[in-house]
Amino acid sequence: MSKQKYKWVGTRPDRPDGADKVTGRARFGADFNMPGQLIGKVLRSPHAHARIKSIDTSAAEKLPGVKAVVTSKDFPEQPNLVVPAGEMQVNLRDITRNVMAREKVLYESHPVAAVAATTDSIASAALALIKVEYEVLPHVIDVAEAMKDGAPLLHDHLITEGVKPVPTKASNIAKRIDNLKGDIDAGFKQAEIVVERDYTTQPVHQGYIEPHACLASMAEDGQVQLWSTTQGHFQVRGFCSRLLNIETSQIRVTPTEIGGGFGGKTVVYLEPVAVILSKKSGKPVKMVMSRDEVFRASGPAPGGTVHVKIGAKKDGTIVAAECTIALQAGAFPGSPVAPACWTSFACYDIPNIKVVGYDVVSNRPKVAAYRAPGAPISAWGVESTVDILAQELRMDPIDLRLKNAAKKGTKTSYGPVFDTIGFVETLQAAKNSAHYKSKPKPGMARGVAAGFWFNVGADSSAAAHVAEDGTVTVISGNPDIGGSRASLALMAAEELGVDYSKVRPVIADTSSIGFNFVTGGSRVTFATGLAVVNSVRDMVRELKVRAAKTWGVDPEGVIWENGCAKPAGSNVGEFEPLSLAQLAATAGKTGGPINGHNQLNAQGAGPGFGVHIVDLAVDRDTGIVEIGRYTALQDVGTAIHPSYVEGQMQGGAVQGIGWALNEEYIYNAKGKLDNAGFLDYRMPVASDLPMIETIIVEVPNPHHPYGVRGVGEVPIVPPLATVGNAIARATGVRMTELPMSPPRVSAALDEATPRMAAE
Amino acid sequence: MNGIEYSAPRTIDEAVGALVAAKGAGRILAGGTDLLVQMRAGFVKPGSIIVDIKKIAEMTTIEDKGGGSFKFGAAVSGMQLHDHPTFKKAWPGVLEAINLIGSKQIQGRASAGGNLCNASPAADSVPALVAAGAIVTVQGPKGRREVAVEKIPAGPGRMTLEPGEIVVSFTLPARPAGSSDAYLRLIPRTEMDIAVVGCGVNLTMKGGTCTAARVSLGAVAPTVLLVEAAGKALVGSKLDAEALEAAAAACRAVCKPIDDKRGTIVYRTKIAGVLCKRATTIAAQRAGKK
Repeated sequence: MSKQKYKWVGTRPDRPDGADKVTGRARFGADFNMPGQLIGKVLRSPHAHARIKSIDTSAAEKLPGVKAVVTSKDFPEQPNLVVPAGEMQVNLRDITRNVMAREKVLYESHPVAAVAATTDSIASAALALIKVEYEVLPHVIDVAEAMKDGAPLLHDHLITEGVKPVPTKASNIAKRIDNLKGDIDAGFKQAEIVVERDYTTQPVHQGYIEPHACLASMAEDGQVQLWSTTQGHFQVRGFCSRLLNIETSQIRVTPTEIGGGFGGKTVVYLEPVAVILSKKSGKPVKMVMSRDEVFRASGPAPGGTVHVKIGAKKDGTIVAAECTIALQAGAFPGSPVAPACWTSFACYDIPNIKVVGYDVVSNRPKVAAYRAPGAPISAWGVESTVDILAQELRMDPIDLRLKNAAKKGTKTSYGPVFDTIGFVETLQAAKNSAHYKSKPKPGMARGVAAGFWFNVGADSSAAAHVAEDGTVTVISGNPDIGGSRASLALMAAEELGVDYSKVRPVIADTSSIGFNFVTGGSRVTFATGLAVVNSVRDMVRELKVRAAKTWGVDPEGVIWENGCAKPAGSNVGEFEPLSLAQLAATAGKTGGPINGHNQLNAQGAGPGFGVHIVDLAVDRDTGIVEIGRYTALQDVGTAIHPSYVEGQMQGGAVQGIGWALNEEYIYNAKGKLDNAGFLDYRMPVASDLPMIETIIVEVPNPHHPYGVRGVGEVPIVPPLATVGNAIARATGVRMTELPMSPPRVSAALDEATPRMAAE
Repeated sequence: MNGIEYSAPRTIDEAVGALVAAKGAGRILAGGTDLLVQMRAGFVKPGSIIVDIKKIAEMTTIEDKGGGSFKFGAAVSGMQLHDHPTFKKAWPGVLEAINLIGSKQIQGRASAGGNLCNASPAADSVPALVAAGAIVTVQGPKGRREVAVEKIPAGPGRMTLEPGEIVVSFTLPARPAGSSDAYLRLIPRTEMDIAVVGCGVNLTMKGGTCTAARVSLGAVAPTVLLVEAAGKALVGSKLDAEALEAAAAACRAVCKPIDDKRGTIVYRTKIAGVLCKRATTIAAQRAGKK
C-alpha cells in the first residue's frame, strides 16, 4: 500500500547468515570451546517448596577432577531493586535467588549448587556427592489456589502492591494493577446486551530448539569473557556485573548465533554461575542445559485466569468492557500482567473500560517473556467474548470488530492515544481475502480473532564503516533472532544507494559497540534499524564532505544519489560523480577513515494489529481438531524483507495454535513437572498444520523513515481465540479452558451432548 | 559411555551365548532406536554388553510362505517390510502399525522385534500383531520355543522371556480369502507421538458376514490386550451398528488405563470403543476389496 518505491526495501535477497546456517558452519551457544575448559553442571531441587537446612559440598570438592563448587554463599546479597529485563521487570534480590536458591527452594529444579569439573561425567558424579538437607514445605501450583487465604506462602515478606489500604499480611499476590477509562457502571447501564465469561490458560514454554548455553572465562586480572546464546548480550553483561559485583566494562559478552528465543533468552540462568565457577577454578567453564532443565527451570509463559464482561448496543456498538486477569508469575513476582491488562481491549474504541490485574506467585519456575508477553492470554478471553457477542447479535465477526475498531485518535485504557494505525485496514483486508470470501469446506467451520501489540523502541547504537575498496560494514548490537541482519543491510543499502551485496551487517560484542537494549519487543528492525539508517546518513554526510574537499567546493554543494556524490547543481561546477569506491580510495588524503555512528532512544514505535482466520474440523468422537486452512493478516508498517515478515507471522501463528490445542505444563501431586520433554509437551509438528497463508498489510509508521512497525509479537496474540471461536462454531460448544486438547474437547462435547439433545 | 562392550555374533547360538555370559548386563541391539536413546539419556550404565543381532541372517529376512502366511525376522526394519512386494497386500494392518514406529528416518532401523521387547503397553506394532495371531519364535539356552505374541509382555518394561532368551522371528498365519486387518492409534498430534490408545482388528468376511475376528487394544492396560469378547461380538454379524457397538462396549469393558500426561481414564476408555469401530470398518472394507 506504500506509494514509495524502493530499490532494496521490500525485496527478498538471501540472508547474510543463511549460508553458514544451512551448511552447519554457524556457531551456536554450545559450539564455543576454550583450551583447558571445565564443564559446569547445576544441582537442582527435587522439591517444589522446601527450606534449605544445610548444604555439604565437602565430598564433591574432594572428588578428583572437581575444580570448583559453588552455592548461594558465593553470590553477594542483592538489594530489593527492580530493573528492566527485556519486556519484563526483574528484582535483583529475586534474580540472584533464582540463579541460585538461598533460604528456600521455590520450585522443582531450582538451582541449589553448581560444580565445575574436568569432564562431564565427573561433574555429574560430583553433583551426586553434594548433600542437601531440606525441610519440605507445602506447595501451591495453581494460581487460583495460590490466591486463597491459607495457601502456602512462598515469600514471608510479600505484601501486595497497588492495594489501599496497604495489606498488613503477606500473601502470594505480589501486585494489583488497575486501568480505568470512562465510567464503567454508567457504560453497562447503556448496554442492551451483556456477555460475561471466565477463561483459563495453562503455562506454555517458548520451546526454542537451542537450550541455554554459555562459556565463561575470568582471567587472573579480573577481566571476563563470556559467550552466550542470548537475546541481549548487554543484559547478560549487566546482570553478571550486578549479581557478581564486577565492573561492567570488565565483562565482554559475545552473542553466539541463536537457535530461537521468543523472549525466553532475555534473562540469565547459567551465565553468572559459569562466571563464578570460572573465578573460583581459574579455568574457562562451559555450561549447557539439557532439554529437561530447559523445561523445568527456564521460561515458561504464565498460565492464568481471565474474566471478561462486555456490554453492547443491539447494533454492535460496544459501550462498556471489563476484564480481570490473574497471571502466574512463577516463584518470584513479575508476570507480564501489566501488558496483559493494557492490551486486553486495545483493539477497540470503547468509551468505558475497567481492567484489573493480579500478579501471583506459586511454586513454578519464574516466568520469562514469550512473544507479546501476557497479550495472548487476555486476547483469548476478550476475543472469545467478542465472538460470542457476534453470535448473539447474529453479526459477521469482522463487521462487529470493524464497528468498534480502534483508529487514529482512539484513547487506550492505559493512557496513550493512537497515532496512525492499521487495524481497520487489516480487518478490511481480512474481509476481502480469498480465504474469508470462500465457503469453508464441508465439515469445516470458520473462526476469526484479532490481536494487538504495542511494539517497543528503546536504546540502540549502530555504526557504519566504509572499507578501503568502498564496501560497507554495518555494525549493530542486537542478536539476530528473526532475520534482522538482512533487514538492517537492506535499509543501509537503500540509504547508500549501493548493492545489498556490498553491505555486510555484523553483530558486535558488548565492548565493540555502544549499549543496546535486548532483541525483544519487536524493536530491532524499528529501533536498531533507525540507528543504522542514522549512522549511514552520518556516513553519507562525511562522504559529501570528502567529495567537497576533492572538488574544492562547499559540502552544501554536494548531494548523494545512487551511491555517488554529485554536484547539487550546475552552479557548483561540472564534476564527474564520485563513487563510494573512489571516495574510499582517497580517504587517506581527504581526512582519514570514513565512518558513521548513531545512538538513540527510539520513540514512536508503531503499534501492530493482526487478524487471523481459520477453517477447522472437530472429530466429535475423539475431540481431535484438524486445522484445514489458516490465514494470518497483519499491519506491519513496511515489510523490509517480506519473507522474514511472513516467517514471523507464520511462526507466531503456529506457536499460538500449539498454545490453543495441546501445549501445557502438567504437574503431579508433588509439584513436579510430568512432561519435561518434546514428546509429552506437545508443540505442533509439521504434519499437524497446513502452510500458514499470510497477507501483509502496510500502513507505514510515521515515526520511521521506512515506515517500519514491529512484526514478531502480534501474530501469537490472535490464534488462541481464532481456534476457539472456530471450535465453537463447528460444535456449538464454547471452550473456555486451554489447551483445547482431545481429552478436553471430547469431555466438553460429551458434557454438552445430553444438554443439547434436551434443548 | 566408556565401559560398554559390543559384539556382533553371526548366529543365534552365539548371540544367546553372549547374553548368558553377560549375566543380566546384556542388551540386544537391533535397530537401536530405543537402546541408543536410552544410552544417550544415561539409562544404560557402564558395564553393559551390547549384542548386535543384525548380522544374523534369520533375524533380518522376510519369507512369504504362501496363503497369506509370512515369517519375518525380529530385526527386520519397518522400511524393509514396507518395500516387500507381497507383504502389504497380505497384512496391511500389521504393516501400517509397524510403519507407525517413530518417523520415516527411524523406520529405516526400527523393528517389530525391538518394539515388542521394549515392552511398552503403547507399542504400535504389538496390538496389530496380537490381532493377527502372530506366533513368536524364541530361542534361549534351553533351545527354541514358539509362543503367542500376546504372551511376551508382562507389564511396562517387563517381559516373560527367560534370561538369555531372544525373540527371533514372527510368523503370521495363513488366512482364508476375504480376510484383512487394520490398526488405528490415537495421538493428539499427527506424528512423532505415542499412542493414547491403539487398536488392531483382524477379520474374515464371507458373503457380507464376519466369520472370524480378533480385536486387540494397546495403551489401556499394563500390557496389550487381546479382547476376545469384542471378536465374538463381531463374528456372525454383518458388522451393523449394533454389532460394532457391542464390540466397542467389550473394548471399553476391558480397559484398565491410567490418568497421565497422555490421556485420562475416561478418555482412553471412550477412545478404545471409537477406534474398535473404526478399525473394524477399515478392515472390513479391505477384506471386501480383496
